[in-house]
Amino acid sequence: MNVLWYATRATGEVALLFLPVVLALGVMSALRIGGRRLPRFVIAGLHRNLTLTGLGFLAVHILTTLADSYVPIGVVDVVVPFGSAYRPIWLGFGALAFDLLMVLTVTSLLRTRIGFRWWKALHWAAYGCWVIALVHALGTGSDVRTSAFLFFAGICCAVVLAMMGWRLAQGGQDDQALRLGAGIVALLLALAIGVWTVRGPLEPGWAKRSGTPGSLLPKPAAVASHATGTATRGDEG
Amino acid sequence: MAWLLLVNPITCTGHGICAELFPEAISLDEWGYPILGAVPDRLLPLARRAVADCPTLALMLERDGKS
Repeated sequence: MNVLWYATRATGEVALLFLPVVLALGVMSALRIGGRRLPRFVIAGLHRNLTLTGLGFLAVHILTTLADSYVPIGVVDVVVPFGSAYRPIWLGFGALAFDLLMVLTVTSLLRTRIGFRWWKALHWAAYGCWVIALVHALGTGSDVRTSAFLFFAGICCAVVLAMMGWRLAQGGQDDQALRLGAGIVALLLALAIGVWTVRGPLEPGWAKRSGTPGSLLPKPAAVASHATGTATRGDEG
Repeated sequence: MAWLLLVNPITCTGHGICAELFPEAISLDEWGYPILGAVPDRLLPLARRAVADCPTLALMLERDGKS
């Protein structure tokens, strides 16, 4: 069914859009933004509830991927990275992001039992989770070459970088070297992902290079039909 | 059996979320740290929420052994 495949793509992109929003709300919580018009408990509540909403979209994204019979992705591939028959590396980043999100969610829901130090130490991984999810989206996404996707992904990256910069700049006076280092690493990572995106997913032939099984790639005849406007799913992604 | 709110003054950093969530029993001093009042039994759920939502987990709810 095509419906499942399109649902997978759509919910994946929506789930990706949730991450910068909840990351921004998390940074606002940490930096104690809030006042009479926007109380802090509202920001904290939005951070939690929008994360859970995004996880709902992620659940649909994963379940429709599994239910769709077109791509050979199994239940194991949801949690164990880099083992799938379909684009193993880039799907693996999705499994990693999912594992990380589960850890972040469970530790946050059990925060009062885990203790503040452990929870906080683990919660720094949220920034990494965004990077991993973004690489997954760029590497496996079928719609990466559309201008709408690139537009929203660019805005998301700008939001995350701005929030990270704000967090690093406002967090206090201690650990200056660590803050500077984290900022430089973030900028280098953004640059690396940008270059890779242009050289990889945006280049023709990415479907084959990324590890799509040969049986799903368009046959020469199908390529011809693609040129006349009827794209095959293998070529799209 | 009455319940008492307690704050760990070392870990509390004065976010003030507890006072936003549970103004019936918690107010803030001029530096933003909580001043804790009595918790009526009927407001226990609000107290629990304020404890769970403290950003630094500095707020605690304990049974008052004396009463």
